[in-house]
Amino acid sequence: MAYGTLIEILFYLFLIMIAFGAWQAVTSQVLMRAVMGLAMAMFGVAGLYLYLNSPFLALMQILIYVGAVCIMIVFGIMVGYTPKELAAYAIEPRNTVVSLVASLLTLGVVYLGLYRAQWVPAPGAGQGDFSLSTLGLSLMNRYGLAFELISVVLLIAIIGVVAITWNGKRRGLNK
Amino acid sequence: MISYNLYTYLAVAGALLCFGLYGLMQHRSLIGMLISTELILNGAGLNFMAFNRFLAPDPAIGQVFALFIMGLAAAEAAIAVSLIFAVYRKYHTSDPERVNDLRG
Repeated sequence: MAYGTLIEILFYLFLIMIAFGAWQAVTSQVLMRAVMGLAMAMFGVAGLYLYLNSPFLALMQILIYVGAVCIMIVFGIMVGYTPKELAAYAIEPRNTVVSLVASLLTLGVVYLGLYRAQWVPAPGAGQGDFSLSTLGLSLMNRYGLAFELISVVLLIAIIGVVAITWNGKRRGLNK
Repeated sequence: MISYNLYTYLAVAGALLCFGLYGLMQHRSLIGMLISTELILNGAGLNFMAFNRFLAPDPAIGQVFALFIMGLAAAEAAIAVSLIFAVYRKYHTSDPERVNDLRG
């Protein structure tokens, strides 16, 4: 089998992973299965990042989304819900018809815009150096301020999480 | 070659947005809504990367954008999970329709 065909087959595999995982994530009423579907869809998107010339971003996708965000949501499910409630949520979903119509309408509008738009590449598009060292240098030079800002945002998020959860606990102890 | 086509990636990103929208409206729990939000953010990141690969002359800017979206999504998920805990402790439910009274 030719190398190019193998690459195309893998691409289709990633697309199927995204579709199946996202479908599982939004339709499954068992929350744990929904998280697993989310992780599967994120793996698929990481595969697409490989095709977009960015293996570093694919690794970060797996590390941050699959490794951190999904695990945190799993913790949220396991700590925050009793088994009885988890069973209670596994009833039928609400307003399925409305949400189906609304999301299909959105899909139609998005695809219509996609169909009618003319995308013209800028001169020199896709020719640049996609390597990790370029990315690191531009993070340090040109996007240094944004990099620092996002560090501050993450710090504030950590403090906020601790404050929100700790406050409720203290009130519970005072009762 | 479907893998070397801007429209493929944009279509996948649009599909992720609509999956997330559907889940956001029909899930019965706050955690399910958070999961759908993550799908939408993933679609946004994919969009940035696709435009960066096929249209933009600067190869780093799309990757920087996608990385920042990932960082913000992580922060947002942490805050959302802790808020869900706080709501759960106060109302003893995670059903968004039963969390409906405002008090100072």
